Amino acid sequence: MNIYVLLKKTFDTEEKIVVTNGRIEDDGAEFIINPYDEYAVEEAIKQRDEHGGEVTVVTIGDEDSEKQLRTALAMGADKAVLINTEEDLEDGDAFTTTKILEAFFEDKEADLILAGNVAIDEASGQVGPRLAERLGINYVTTITSLEIDGDTAKIDKDVEGDVEKIETSLPLLVTCQQGLNEPRYPSLPGIMKAKKKPLEELEIDDLDLDEDELEPKTKTVDIFLPPEKEAGRVLEGELEDQVKELVSLLRNEAKVL
Amino acid sequence: MSEKILVIGESRDGVLRNVTFEAIAAAKKIKSDAEVVGVLCGNENLESQGQEMVYYGADRVVTVKDDKLASYTSEGYGQAVLAVIEGENPYGIVMGHTAIGKDLTPKIASKLESGLISDAVDIDVDGDEVVFTRPIYSGKAFEKKVVAEGLVFATIRPNNIPSLERDETRTGDVQEKIVEISDLRTVIKEVLRKATDGVDLSEAKVVIAGGRGVKSADGFKPLYELAEVLGGAVGASRGACDADYCDYSLQIGQTGKVVTPDLYIAVGISGAIQHLAGMSNSKVIVAINKDPEANIFNVADYGIVGDLFEIVPILTEEIKKLKA
Ligand SMILES: Cc1cc2nc3c(=O)[nH]c(=O)nc-3n(C[C@H](O)[C@H](O)[C@H](O)COP(=O)(O)OP(=O)(O)OC[C@H]3O[C@@H](n4cnc5c(N)ncnc54)[C@H](O)[C@@H]3O)c2cc1C
Ligand SMILES: Cc1cc2nc3c(=O)[nH]c(=O)nc-3n(C[C@H](O)[C@H](O)[C@H](O)COP(=O)(O)OP(=O)(O)OC[C@H]3O[C@@H](n4cnc5c(N)ncnc54)[C@H](O)[C@@H]3O)c2cc1C
Repeated sequence: MNIYVLLKKTFDTEEKIVVTNGRIEDDGAEFIINPYDEYAVEEAIKQRDEHGGEVTVVTIGDEDSEKQLRTALAMGADKAVLINTEEDLEDGDAFTTTKILEAFFEDKEADLILAGNVAIDEASGQVGPRLAERLGINYVTTITSLEIDGDTAKIDKDVEGDVEKIETSLPLLVTCQQGLNEPRYPSLPGIMKAKKKPLEELEIDDLDLDEDELEPKTKTVDIFLPPEKEAGRVLEGELEDQVKELVSLLRNEAKVL
Repeated sequence: MSEKILVIGESRDGVLRNVTFEAIAAAKKIKSDAEVVGVLCGNENLESQGQEMVYYGADRVVTVKDDKLASYTSEGYGQAVLAVIEGENPYGIVMGHTAIGKDLTPKIASKLESGLISDAVDIDVDGDEVVFTRPIYSGKAFEKKVVAEGLVFATIRPNNIPSLERDETRTGDVQEKIVEISDLRTVIKEVLRKATDGVDLSEAKVVIAGGRGVKSADGFKPLYELAEVLGGAVGASRGACDADYCDYSLQIGQTGKVVTPDLYIAVGISGAIQHLAGMSNSKVIVAINKDPEANIFNVADYGIVGDLFEIVPILTEEIKKLKA
């Protein structure tokens, strides 16, 4: 099977956000593989081990994205592709990202593409379904189980806690939800091997794209932090009195009762 | 003729979700003089649901009825909605940022090669520009976004943009559009319903959420009692779901539901960032936790440090007294 994973690097979950002049500071921030994309990498490796074939991890990013790609290779992916837009493009949105991926996949004959359900930074959750639509293939979002038999895929899809049992066919794009699997940690031999695995770097020229077609359809005009919350009031005294005080505060101060 | 904004409605068990009405209000915020056109897909009840959308402010409603639309699939709904879009040529489209909205809208935007602003919590008009505010980085920051070119297309987070008052004197056409829906390649074989009855968590005004600190399925009982006196819904952290104290349909957070109630009471929840992503926009947050260092206190307006098994029953009693 010809398997692809879409991977985005994101700020580490615990990273503090600093905004200067309407932009998020990323100097010195720790980056990780978007957690939902880790489920995608893990699932890709499992499906390959079961059905044979190859796992290619693809990211659109900058030269620093190599780190996350190497981690995915160390987990067990076979190849990686970095589409580096740093030199060519200033702005982008989900449309831009999809357009680039569409061009990349044009001649790939992918059987299965795995993406994350959402990227934890910008969190639009658009890229998976958008790409499937452009490629004209089936897609199922927020999956928690995947069984492939020939061209048929049996899937559990999480729908706000309900489980839909879905049957569809390859080629297919899925987006991965927490609960699908437990991503493995890269092993030491895995890390050693990853250094020698192929990592191809492309620019938009290589995909026969030019900047004009990639103009984003939306624009971020400002980024700001939520108003600093006044430190909450931790109540004191006898438990009974604390609860009474809480009820009175909720009624008279917060006015929610 | 005024420009049109389509509002894609969404129902559950034959009843429209509140976010549909909020989306109508959002459409009016985007362009106050626009004609708001509701869009409903399904195989029954569409006429009465359409009427309901009119009561909440839609100028008219287009329905697409087909047995292949009985349950939501991106393929089926995609065909229906795209046919309506083609017929109406709208200025904008609004839908709820729900499981269905998240699944459907990127497909449509991609087909139309348009932008899409997902998960908006606020909308302002600044001159000619419509500015959408949306949380990013798990709610640690917000961004303001505008459409640079083409369709004004957005999904809105439930419970953030108030709907208009229901008004039965409003009138408008509810008209069926015939759309040929082709055979579906993706089939839903079965749905295992977990979601509990009662108040829809993402629309509840009061949410009582339990975490691993609740310690067992039985431990959730006092939370249900509290929810009942407050007319609220019970939710949970991932920790509680993973430990099997409650069902995953109650999960709040990045992986689960995003809620914005007036009052959120976190009981025995530590306050991991993925949990906060689902509730930090709540208007008033109360934390009950025995660990004074727990991160949940950093987002709480009011906190009580102590044993939840002691505190919750007293709280229920006090509120009963108040309501009596
Ligand atoms: C040229 C360019 C410039 C950009 N400039 C900015 C900027 O200035 N500010 C800013 O905030 N953002 C910028 N972006 C990021 C862009 O806005 C988002 O990456 C894009 O909209 C995806 O949306 P999302 O992050 O919400 O991902 P989601 O749609 O939530 O992601 C879902 C899944 O799609 C896949 N995916 C998402 N992004 C990528 C990727 N880059 N590579 C591979 N797979 C991916 C992953 O599997 C992910 O889990 C830029 C992007 C490009 C291409
Ligand atoms: C990709 C990803 C996505 C995730 N998505 C989500 C999500 O959507 N939602 C979510 O909730 N989590 C999510 N998580 C998990 C999250 O990181 C935390 O593990 C989880 O929220 C912890 O749940 P908890 O607070 O109930 O448990 P714990 O962290 O174990 O906290 C239990 C708390 O209960 C308190 N306590 C114990 N006993 C008592 C008592 N008797 N009285 C009062 N207090 C008591 C303790 O002091 C403690 O603070 C996600 C994680 C990942 C990696």
